[in-house]
Amino acid sequence: MSDTAPKQRPQYRNISVPQILRYRLPLAAKTSILHRISGALLFLSLPVILLPLLAASLESEQSFNAISSVFGHPVCKLVLLALIWGYLHHFCAGIRYLALDMGKGNDKYTASKTAASVLIVSLVLTAIFGLKLFGAW
Amino acid sequence: MANPERIGTKRLVVGAHYGTLDFIVQRATAVIMIVYTLVFLAGVLFSSTLDYAAWRNLFAFRVGSLPLGQLLATLFFLSLAWHAWIGVRDIWMDYVKPAGLRLFLQVLTLLWLVAAIVFFAQIIWSL
Repeated sequence: MSDTAPKQRPQYRNISVPQILRYRLPLAAKTSILHRISGALLFLSLPVILLPLLAASLESEQSFNAISSVFGHPVCKLVLLALIWGYLHHFCAGIRYLALDMGKGNDKYTASKTAASVLIVSLVLTAIFGLKLFGAW
Repeated sequence: MANPERIGTKRLVVGAHYGTLDFIVQRATAVIMIVYTLVFLAGVLFSSTLDYAAWRNLFAFRVGSLPLGQLLATLFFLSLAWHAWIGVRDIWMDYVKPAGLRLFLQVLTLLWLVAAIVFFAQIIWSL
């Protein structure tokens, strides 16, 4: 057998939650961790929020209309807005990753600029979707 | 390199495909979901007033006798579930080190997603 046993190397286990929170991440890292957080958020909300919502919206005209009255409540609005942001951020960041995988925009400068674009575009789209959803026009 | 199964002189090549399939599936399902999302949004924009009938039609439209809306929605959701499985499994593999707990969470994830698939199919195919 080959020699695959790990060598004795010094280990630095100095990463704790307060330290992680104090790290100043570059933009690409922020986009990356938000991609993960938004994905987890969508996964968790799927059977408990998103699918019941879809079911109610499609069941009948009465339940379709009832949804809009439920979303008169500000907490429900906030939850839905967070999920809309989650989908849009995951969507935009995902397109960026597909481009990176194809070897486009991998240099430091471009990658930082596209990361900023993802953060901004997803927030702007969330604002637009939110305004539309809550009847601004 | 006398032995073709070895990389260099130390490391032995083991395992099957090193996650290549998962890597490709994650990206292929992403593209499917992007396309569906854009087509769906175009449908929303084209329906002038988004009332119940128009909303229902986005999922239930037919081409001849083919239930295309329901089929596309189902393909979208299967892509979503497979994509989410790979992503959530990656999260467990990154942060949860004890093998037993990780296996438990992975099984839970699969049950969660299969339940979601069944729920979605029931919603869409009862239209």
